[in-house]
Amino acid sequence: MVKPRTLYEKIWDAHVVERRPDGTCLIYIDRHLVHEVTSPQAFEGLRLAGRKVRRPDLTLAVPDHNLPTTPRRDAQGNRIPIADPESAQQLAALERNAPEFGVRLIGDADAEQGIVHVVGPEQGFTLPGTTLVCGDSHTSSHGALGALAFGIGTSEVEHVLATQTLLLKQSKTMAVVVDGELAPGVTPKDVALAICGTIGTAGGTGYVMEYRGSVFRDMSIEGRLTVANMSIEAGARSGLFAPDDKTFAYLKGRPMAPQGADFDAAVAWWRTLVTDEGAVFDKTVVIDAADIVPTVTWGTSPEDVVPVTGVVPDPQSFADPSKQAAAQKSLDYMGLTAGQRMEEVAIEHIFIGSCTNSRIEDLRAAAALLKGRHIASGIKLAMVVPGSGLVKRQAEAEGLDRIFLDAGFEWREPGCSACLGMNPDKVPAGERCASTSNRNFMGRQGPGSRTHLVSPAMAAAAAVTGYLTDVRALMTDKEGMVA
Amino acid sequence: MEKLTTVDGRAYPFGMKNVDTDIVIPAHWLKTISRSGLGKGAFEVLRKEPGNVFDDPDYAGSPILIAGDNFGCGSSREHAAWALGDLGIKVVIAPSFSDIFSGNAFKNGILTVVLPQAAVDRLLEVAKTDPIHVDLETQTVTTQFQDRFHFEIDPFRKHCLLGGLDEIGLTLDDVDAIDSYEAKIAVERPWTVPAVA
Repeated sequence: MVKPRTLYEKIWDAHVVERRPDGTCLIYIDRHLVHEVTSPQAFEGLRLAGRKVRRPDLTLAVPDHNLPTTPRRDAQGNRIPIADPESAQQLAALERNAPEFGVRLIGDADAEQGIVHVVGPEQGFTLPGTTLVCGDSHTSSHGALGALAFGIGTSEVEHVLATQTLLLKQSKTMAVVVDGELAPGVTPKDVALAICGTIGTAGGTGYVMEYRGSVFRDMSIEGRLTVANMSIEAGARSGLFAPDDKTFAYLKGRPMAPQGADFDAAVAWWRTLVTDEGAVFDKTVVIDAADIVPTVTWGTSPEDVVPVTGVVPDPQSFADPSKQAAAQKSLDYMGLTAGQRMEEVAIEHIFIGSCTNSRIEDLRAAAALLKGRHIASGIKLAMVVPGSGLVKRQAEAEGLDRIFLDAGFEWREPGCSACLGMNPDKVPAGERCASTSNRNFMGRQGPGSRTHLVSPAMAAAAAVTGYLTDVRALMTDKEGMVA
Repeated sequence: MEKLTTVDGRAYPFGMKNVDTDIVIPAHWLKTISRSGLGKGAFEVLRKEPGNVFDDPDYAGSPILIAGDNFGCGSSREHAAWALGDLGIKVVIAPSFSDIFSGNAFKNGILTVVLPQAAVDRLLEVAKTDPIHVDLETQTVTTQFQDRFHFEIDPFRKHCLLGGLDEIGLTLDDVDAIDSYEAKIAVERPWTVPAVA
């Protein structure tokens, strides 16, 4: 009898090129996404060693981190120079390296350009049952489609470019089970934050997660992308969803996905990619959907979560002395005091974007709340940065851009933007941002910036009131759809 | 990668404990597009201090760095190993290293040698006036004063460093296995190759 296997074990087994005596495996990599920050030295390494990219056809390059979100071409179609010479140089390097090594580049002014983790699924480059890597920790996103996807360092980027493989040891497995139904106003982002709060940012270290239970089965592909994206925030390099009919419907007809009879053959294999009855996970975490509410972060780690209706915790309330000290340091940095109500925290910046929450459903949820409303007077800058040019175009076709602009938001070009501020979009020191991104680390959105992680609908709600706000208080019946 | 068998020469008598990779190379150097040239940024903050070992002409170009406990802790940035390599360092000797740093160093042809604190203290003394000899084959660090310290190293890493084999070169030795895997997949899952856009 064949031993029952988890989804992760099935994908792993299907990619073993060679098993070494010490248990290390040479694993084949089906998909490699490349961006401008972590690839220049890898291409340089190939050049110095006189090596080629083994499978340029399995590699896709997209600039995203350094691109300004202001227009990139003037009326005559000429490139508008990038002010920061170092950003310009990293972008130029990718534009030089991709053609030199025969890799397809989706360039800064192409309609398909966007954040690599938005572009991959959108183009059908990401497929169930594939191994997918990128020199970026949020590569975990692609697990939403059932790809074993994880971030790698620059030497590993070079290794994959040259050999299409990686030397890896198998991870442990963790089942994250959420059953029940999400209440109105509770979104996939709130589920992801609840998981970070439950497991902690180191809880998933050494594990590959599999998201199981009715909440994840009922979730849209875009919602799954949000949840898988934040697997790394709970310490797991990778997080998987079993591919299902929703996945296949999402992929059908996408430009780089299998076409025609190939697609049907692929689906036949993808249907086998489920955890077998009786397969054993090394660890299981269970969360009741009814316990998940609209959530915000109060501190400087994604595990620092609290219901939006709650209060800033007292550092002394943590059992672990090192956590007490860290919490106090976080509160000092964030300019908050223990016991303060979260809904009394005033916000100056709103950022709707990032590989976590910049897809069309995210923009629809925010726009649904903003329709007929305007940002509060205390908001200095509210911006929407769509995840890709195609998301932007779709939103404009639906008239969402008008809703955002009428509400006082700026409507920008796609990219990573203020999630990490490698481009000019930064939150000034001491100012506070309600952000749909994934990391509230000290200085993440700019030196001294203060970040509160929220869902798109909650970011819209904060924009309207000028304070962190329970989205449910602003929802009409129609907006019950925001979940 | 260059082969590393023996390294002979002066050593920076550094000795500092808990040196994190932010100290080795500050964050503003990460926007570079090159692995080379980072030596200029190595220990940038420490080099502002008068009398630091890195600007002492006595040690200029030394291939060995002698450091304290927990060298290379903090951020995983591979730029730290690149910066040391660019400075001309081939061996770092310390009582302990962060795992990530020693992995990154190895991937860039730099040998990390773990020795007991007493041995490191003795080498810090010798380094002030005389050269140090490191022999990877015999796994020893010696001086002209009869000092002889044995060190341990992972056999795989030793093999790679001695042969000048980077991991990529080593994987490419198995290129037949990769070829046959690809041939098998081309039959079993031909749709794995992306459709042309």
